Amino acid sequence: MATAARAEQARRFERLERLTQRRYLLLLAPAVLFLVIFYGYPVAAMLLRSFNDPAWGFGNFKPLTAARTPIEILGVSLPMNAYLRVIGITLQIAVGTTIATLLLGYPVAYALASMPMSRANLLMIFVLVPFWTSILVRTYAWMALLGTDGIVNEVLMGLRLIDQPATLLNTRGAVYVGMVHILLPFMILPLYAVMRGIDRNLMRAAENLGARPWQVFRSVFLPLSLPGVAAGCLLVFILALGFYITPSLLGGQRDIMISMLIQQQVVQLKWGFASALALVLLVISLIIYLVFVRVLGVQRIFGGGRR
Amino acid sequence: MTAKQSERAAHADRIGALGARVRFDQVEKQYPGGAANAVDGVSLDIAPGEFVTLLGPSGSGKTTTLMMLAGFETPTAGEIWVDDQAIAAVPPWRRNIGMVFQNYALFPHMTVGENIAFPLKLRGMPRDEVTRRTREALDLVGLPGYEGRYPRQLSGGQQQRIALARALVFNPRVLLMDEPLGALDKQLRERLQLEIKALHDQLGVTIIYVTHDQQEALVMSDRIAVMNLGQIEQIGGPGELYDEPASRFVASFIGESNFLDGRVTGFDDGLGVIEAPGVGMLRAPAHGGCAINSEVALTVRPEKIVFADELNGASANTIDAEIVTVIFVGEMHRYEARLGGGQTIVLKRQHRSGVGRCGRGDRVRLGWHVADGRLV
Repeated sequence: MATAARAEQARRFERLERLTQRRYLLLLAPAVLFLVIFYGYPVAAMLLRSFNDPAWGFGNFKPLTAARTPIEILGVSLPMNAYLRVIGITLQIAVGTTIATLLLGYPVAYALASMPMSRANLLMIFVLVPFWTSILVRTYAWMALLGTDGIVNEVLMGLRLIDQPATLLNTRGAVYVGMVHILLPFMILPLYAVMRGIDRNLMRAAENLGARPWQVFRSVFLPLSLPGVAAGCLLVFILALGFYITPSLLGGQRDIMISMLIQQQVVQLKWGFASALALVLLVISLIIYLVFVRVLGVQRIFGGGRR
Repeated sequence: MTAKQSERAAHADRIGALGARVRFDQVEKQYPGGAANAVDGVSLDIAPGEFVTLLGPSGSGKTTTLMMLAGFETPTAGEIWVDDQAIAAVPPWRRNIGMVFQNYALFPHMTVGENIAFPLKLRGMPRDEVTRRTREALDLVGLPGYEGRYPRQLSGGQQQRIALARALVFNPRVLLMDEPLGALDKQLRERLQLEIKALHDQLGVTIIYVTHDQQEALVMSDRIAVMNLGQIEQIGGPGELYDEPASRFVASFIGESNFLDGRVTGFDDGLGVIEAPGVGMLRAPAHGGCAINSEVALTVRPEKIVFADELNGASANTIDAEIVTVIFVGEMHRYEARLGGGQTIVLKRQHRSGVGRCGRGDRVRLGWHVADGRLV
């Protein structure tokens, strides 16, 4: 009798527990539903077009493989066509932007993380305000700065360093400047988060054990900040791959990135080929993401530098 | 130098004088914007191989004092000496002082072996010697074969031992410990206290230990410096601090104490006589600072107070009291009694046959030998 009652009670607890767990899943439902309807479905439908518009098959991917002419890159001969070259330029700009933001962002994040919290929060405004400003506005600002009659040229001519306006706008350099400026916060913020989590006593311990400041940095701080480096690089690189406004407004005729190519196809109503290019971009992004996760572990990237 | 110090120095000589002498000379530390000095004129002479504890509540300056010795804080005045070297201006990485941090500060990205080898590699030691000494250090702390593990795979007590091994592996002559057992549970803490003390006896290194746990300080130290508000209130051996506290702060911080407030009415044969309101005239050995009519407190330890019929011949104070609470705490009974003036005192009596000597509400006569009290 007593055992039967106890078994009944256990069953009731179990049911209650299942119900509670299901209730938590319910909290996810609105967001999941929204994403499926307004994001998942359109993306799937769009990607499907690369295989069935105008006809079923791999016809949309033909241009990527067709009519290759070999070109030399770093002494290696590679078969290239215009489309592959755009993908190459895209990767090159993304890599360059990532390296530049890392080199500029690391010291900033280090300085912010070493300050007392109150001062760091104050200075963080200088990182966040540009972050909150529209990309379009900031890109136009760079056009005003770098143009033939722009401030930079006027200052250089005023100082008599040059006698004719230099071509600053519509160059690869302008693309880098604009993209690095826009993407820098995406590097600084994850770096800062990880560096804040590093126990300062570890640095003291290293000094106490006989390490000079640069040895402390190299053998303790730098390795512990690597998860932040990985997170920042991943974020900046993947965002840079898909950049559109900044390279199209600041770049020259030869600085075409894959998103600009996609836009051209859409304007010409070549939906199938545009989808194929978008699929290529998606696959490249996923591969890079998986490589990062494989090498560093997703937990180390998003979980911060704690033990 | 006290007799105890010279005995200690002789001991250090016998085992090769590994420990260094450490001397604080009028050391002060003021933080910018801080109203009072965090450390205010600390002078302290620590003999080679001595185990000295800085004991005090948080904010008493004990950690700041330790950090100045480690080199993470710079004194604003005064000088610190290790043997004959003034070190206030020496950077921490050149001081060669071992330190165990409060949260161990083991490098999470290095294995146990790499953690311990870290100071040896920095000193340019050949690889096979690094390996050998790492192994010896792990043997010393009772964790042989742990080289390949990561700190996160170890328990708190094991991490603590690794931190100790890392702090000792480069044979520093001074070892600093900043509340090293604070994060551990009581049983483990008590075991490690004894282990650290045994290591100290074995190695002869000078240890300066910071804690707010008076029990820990009493168990481990040769001498204890009780700190309060940036100053050393009293320094002495554990027994000396317990039996002869120099101030009310020391008496209340170390062990449990009763304080009976009163006014000095006179002196009698080296004893101060005070009048405690509602209690009567009490006598206790007086120290130099007491003047007639000054407000003082008579302090007496709970275990020194007895029921009046237990008193033997020696001169004693006796008072009337009413028992308010009786608590059985295992090896003894703890009584709280109210005195005539409304003050309460606590006494502890050895427990016999499981029955309290008296119960709540009983009126009793209590007493203690005059020599067991102290005016502070």
